[in-house]
Amino acid sequence: MILKKELDMSRNEGLENLGSEERRHFLKMGLVVTGLFAGGTLLSLSSGARRVFASSGEFAEKYPYKPHYSMLIHVDRCIDCERCKKACAKTNHVPDYGYRTTILERDVSGALAGKREFVPVLCNHCNLPQCTRVCPTRATYKDPVNGIVQMNKSKCIGCLTCQMGCPYNARYFNEEQMAVDKCSFCWESRLSKGEALTACAEACPAGVRIFGDLSDPNDKVYRGIHQIEKTVWVLRPEAGTKPNIFYTRG
Amino acid sequence: MAKHASGGGVTLNGLESMVVGRLKTSGNGYYFALLVTGLIMMAGSIAGLQATIGGHHVFYGVTREVSWGILIAAYVFFVVTSTGLCLVSSIGHVFGVESFMPIAKRSVFLSIVTILAGFFVISAEIKVPIRMMLYNIISPNLTSNIWWMGTLYGVYLVFMIFEFIFLLLNRHKPALVCGFSGAVAGIAAHSNLGAVFGLLNGREFWHGPYMPIYFITSAMMTGTAVILFFHLVAAKVNNERLDDKMLRALDNTRKVGILLICVISFFTIWKIVAAIAGQPGGKYEAVMAMLAGPYAVNFWVFEVGLALLLPLVLFLKAGVKRPGMLLVASALMIVGIFIMRYDLVIVGEIVPVFHELGVREFSGLLSYRPSLHELVVTAGGFGMVGFLFLLGEKIFGGHKVSEEH
Repeated sequence: MILKKELDMSRNEGLENLGSEERRHFLKMGLVVTGLFAGGTLLSLSSGARRVFASSGEFAEKYPYKPHYSMLIHVDRCIDCERCKKACAKTNHVPDYGYRTTILERDVSGALAGKREFVPVLCNHCNLPQCTRVCPTRATYKDPVNGIVQMNKSKCIGCLTCQMGCPYNARYFNEEQMAVDKCSFCWESRLSKGEALTACAEACPAGVRIFGDLSDPNDKVYRGIHQIEKTVWVLRPEAGTKPNIFYTRG
Repeated sequence: MAKHASGGGVTLNGLESMVVGRLKTSGNGYYFALLVTGLIMMAGSIAGLQATIGGHHVFYGVTREVSWGILIAAYVFFVVTSTGLCLVSSIGHVFGVESFMPIAKRSVFLSIVTILAGFFVISAEIKVPIRMMLYNIISPNLTSNIWWMGTLYGVYLVFMIFEFIFLLLNRHKPALVCGFSGAVAGIAAHSNLGAVFGLLNGREFWHGPYMPIYFITSAMMTGTAVILFFHLVAAKVNNERLDDKMLRALDNTRKVGILLICVISFFTIWKIVAAIAGQPGGKYEAVMAMLAGPYAVNFWVFEVGLALLLPLVLFLKAGVKRPGMLLVASALMIVGIFIMRYDLVIVGEIVPVFHELGVREFSGLLSYRPSLHELVVTAGGFGMVGFLFLLGEKIFGGHKVSEEH
């Protein structure tokens, strides 16, 4: 009641007195809150990082690896040129019957423009990976330093339980290597040799795949996720694996 | 058996002449059946070997998305059968229910045979079985259900073999200890096999605590069918009339079978209701594929009709005096249960992991069709069971249970 009285007594500032920048911010916040930026995909109220981890804030803020390799994918920038796929296959000797990364295509219903969208997918290097839990021989494991989900191919028995456990269809059996193969963020071929980017991120002409370190506040990936303007999401959060591949638009 | 062995002075020559003597008592039909099952087993071995050497991607129908095919289903079927045989037969010789005693020896023998058939099929399914033998031991993953399952089944097999040996030697105390340990190892192994499927978060059709529980119950149901089937076939193989004790044991097995069919029907109904109510993503699509989609014939004809309804009716109608009806019922049930296992494995995979993403590549259900090689390996598993069963009937003299038991 007191609050109402105070409000009645106070003078209306009027829209004409509101700065254009403030108005823009307010409008943006509204769009983010209603999830319009995500095409209605998500309801967004706070920083992307807190939201997409689908768990306690503590987990989101404490990135357990150093560097905590991660990728932010701008889906609206992807034109399906497949240079990422070709670069990946060439760099990591991926046979033509398999892939470590691919691009999926979806129709966006109700959109006025851009009725098709391309969704690049790859191993999500989850913080709670199913594949490493189910592997009977520890042939696949999470690197304790950088968090990359790796393969020790000499231990792989080819039971394919990891393929079944992966919620992202990120694994295939490489017949030549007689072991399951998957994205390693180009660890053997590039990162371990001092390169900063994965082959796919480097080959992308449209800046779709932003690769970096989620534990570094100055990193592009960190900044891309820790903001409130754009909606950030992950694929299949309900699987509970806490993935490290993030998606956004804009 | 023990009497024979001691009569022959337990020399190798004595044992050999006894076994050869028993095998020679058989008729032409027996030898023909032995030959056919032996040839099927060999064909399965050759197909499996060819696929392992030439590459599974060339010879098998599995894909990146549907990575587990009919061979995994067959493996599950055989180990389900083995666990069931062990559990149902343990009612008598482990838990002391006298009327179940006559089925003990043959059931324990068959539980060894069926687990070996399971290992046979899985060795053709695992892509690098040699690495499995080495790294399961030197690089175990204790959070992996498949590791526990494999290891515990190894332990189970050892217990079952020792139990069988002790039963042959009429040494009931160690047989009881081994039987009890085998049953515990079998339950642990088998529920872990359920957990291999049930603990995969991203696979809604399987995910949850249902699978380990369902696997154990389903194993017991399968056990009753297989016990009835093989004991009735054995009577024909050995040209024997079933005595009263055996008939009573089989009748009790029939009653346990009726109970377990009802339990599994109850499980199945609630699995379906849970997948339809609220249409939970992934589960709903999979169950609808069974109810009204590409797996409807499998579900309604084989699972509901052959595995549950028909046997239930026949089991209820067939008393002690109608073993022919029991034989038909148990045979239908075995066929139905195999398709049950097939659906359980394949339907869990046909809903793509990205089904809710709305992408064109994964807009519908995935498909899988077993290749000729996969079918031959599967048949090889059945051939192996048949071959070893027939051989066992003669070598172990019809698995007679001694009077003093």
